[in-house]
Amino acid sequence: MAEQLSPDLRVNLCGVLLPNPLVLASGILGTTAELMERVAKNGAGAVTCKSCGPEPRAGHPNPTVLDWGPGLINAVGLANPGIDEAVEILRETRRRLQPLGVPLIASVFADSVKGFAEVTRRVCTVPPDLVELNISCPNVEAEFGRPFSLDPDAAAEVTRAARAVCDRPLLVKLSPNVTDVVAIGKAVVAAGADGLTAINTLGPGMVIDIESGWPILANRVGGISGPAIRPIAVRIVYDLWAHLRVPIIGTGGVTCGRDVIEMIMAGATAVGIGSAVIQDGPAVFSRIAAEVRDYLASHGYASLNEIRGLAHARRHMEP
Amino acid sequence: MRDGTWNPELPLPMTIREVRQETPAVKRFVLDGSLNAEPGQFVMVWLPGIDEKPFSLMNAQPVTLAVAEVGRFTRAMHRLGQGNRLWLRGPFGQGFTLEGRHLLLAAGGYGAAPLAFLARRAREEGRRVAVLVAARSRQHLLLVDEFRTLGCEVYTCTDDGSDGQPPRLAPQAVEELLTSLRPDALYACGPAGMLDALEALAREYHLPAQLSREAYMRCGIGVCGSCTCGDQLVCRDGPVFRIPG
Ligand SMILES: Cc1cc2nc3c(=O)[nH]c(=O)nc-3n(C[C@H](O)[C@H](O)[C@H](O)COP(=O)(O)OP(=O)(O)OC[C@H]3O[C@@H](n4cnc5c(N)ncnc54)[C@H](O)[C@@H]3O)c2cc1C
Ligand SMILES: Cc1cc2nc3c(=O)[nH]c(=O)nc-3n(C[C@H](O)[C@H](O)[C@H](O)COP(=O)(O)O)c2cc1C
Ligand code: FES
Repeated sequence: MAEQLSPDLRVNLCGVLLPNPLVLASGILGTTAELMERVAKNGAGAVTCKSCGPEPRAGHPNPTVLDWGPGLINAVGLANPGIDEAVEILRETRRRLQPLGVPLIASVFADSVKGFAEVTRRVCTVPPDLVELNISCPNVEAEFGRPFSLDPDAAAEVTRAARAVCDRPLLVKLSPNVTDVVAIGKAVVAAGADGLTAINTLGPGMVIDIESGWPILANRVGGISGPAIRPIAVRIVYDLWAHLRVPIIGTGGVTCGRDVIEMIMAGATAVGIGSAVIQDGPAVFSRIAAEVRDYLASHGYASLNEIRGLAHARRHMEP
Repeated sequence: MRDGTWNPELPLPMTIREVRQETPAVKRFVLDGSLNAEPGQFVMVWLPGIDEKPFSLMNAQPVTLAVAEVGRFTRAMHRLGQGNRLWLRGPFGQGFTLEGRHLLLAAGGYGAAPLAFLARRAREEGRRVAVLVAARSRQHLLLVDEFRTLGCEVYTCTDDGSDGQPPRLAPQAVEELLTSLRPDALYACGPAGMLDALEALAREYHLPAQLSREAYMRCGIGVCGSCTCGDQLVCRDGPVFRIPG
């Protein structure tokens, strides 16, 4: 049989080389160094830690995460050990990931511009390969006020403050819960973001137990993720790439190789995977990577660069 | 896949058929529903407006739980009686697998609950089952009669010797039983310290062991990362972990 060249899955994300485009999304499994190492060994191209903030937070009471069928609903409430311990966890994670050639993305959040700058400065001492600003957590509004992601000026201000103390490539994670996501994207890129992650969870949504009448999440409402949101994530990646041409981690509802190809055709450089971990556990990464490789090989593509943004080109074609 | 009648991932309401005080701290709850589950698997129990917490199945058909009162949630459960409802998600996690003809089970505290389920399965298959039930003192020994009824040889040990045996901790009693009974496999559920000691024993004696461990659980389905033990997720890779021996 003729030797077939294996397609190249490597991607360049803001100058950082990923062995494949599959990124562990923030808030899924990214709580300890051992666990992130396991995800990397199971074929992730990069891992993002659970968002860390200035202070330890216990999060909301249970139920906090629920599989309601076509997706998840969650209101974990930014449970995290605080930046002091997070820096230690990230150092250990970096030590374990480096020999594997899998980059580490540090996700940070805070309730103020100053807080964002301080947490960003602290994580950069690790240092991670990239930093992601989570300006879009929808579950803690009562405590944190309106998320920064809802307003271009606020989003830009946070980005500028983080940029000033960050010597790593900087990603900003956008919320789908806005009328004009491109305006937010433009604002944060103008303020110094190197790339974007899109999207964080959609909503908030609610699932009610019809026997008792109680909303099931203790927080009553939570962010929606998983297959239910994928068409929205694809459209947002498509719109952002059309207007900005910056690297994007397309995230939302990806569960298989076909979903990855779709995100990359919309313009994504890399693809975030969160809720799909439910299917196979950490092994979901090697399974999806194999499916992506099969697609490329069977369609005669040598690398993902050949299909990135393909859906945009198609737009101008005559039937 | 889901069949449209009930999404099995959503909490399923079940009515309490019977509540029985087992020890001063532990009550048995027998529910009016059944689950397809293996011994060692657990469910997330939701009380609307209060909380949702993990509990091992003491039986799946009908669903039976043994719950120790230790805090806010379990206090609320202990106030429930016949006719009240609670909501279950699951079953989750990897259960025990039966191996060997002659099993030794070691139960610390409410660890007796999943082991009673395991003992029933093992006895149904005609295996020989010896059980060590361990507790602080005699009145806290859990499910001793249950194990006897199932046809197990029951041994007890207490920290204070109030069961009439010399006072000793579970690992010491287990080591004595290992040498006298020479079982093919060890199964245990109990406090972390007891399980660590039993893991060391199992390795020393080259005995295959299955240990049911606990960790702080949020999602129960392997995504949130709150139940880690090393690189393992207790809710998904566990709660039962196998030591090859
Ligand atoms: C897989 C598994 C099976 C279990 N099976 C049983 C059982 O069969 N019978 C039984 O009585 N108990 C069981 N437990 C323990 C039970 O979940 C806790 O005792 C219960 O959550 C305590 O809730 P609380 O609000 O009453 O107490 P709290 O005041 O919240 O806490 C008391 C203690 O319970 C533990 N705990 C609290 N919340 C959780 C949580 N979300 N996950 C894990 N541990 C927690 C803590 O370590 C704490 O020290 C099991 C735990 C796990 C992880
Ligand atoms: C349980 C859970 C926790 C999450 N926690 C975070 C978080 O801490 N920070 C963050 O930026 N996004 C968080 N997210 C959002 C995910 O990173 C991702 O953007 C979203 O789930 C969509 O991707 P998916 O459909 O592949 O899950 C969380 C999602 C879930 C389901
Ligand atoms: S409880 Fe969420 S991963 Fe185990």
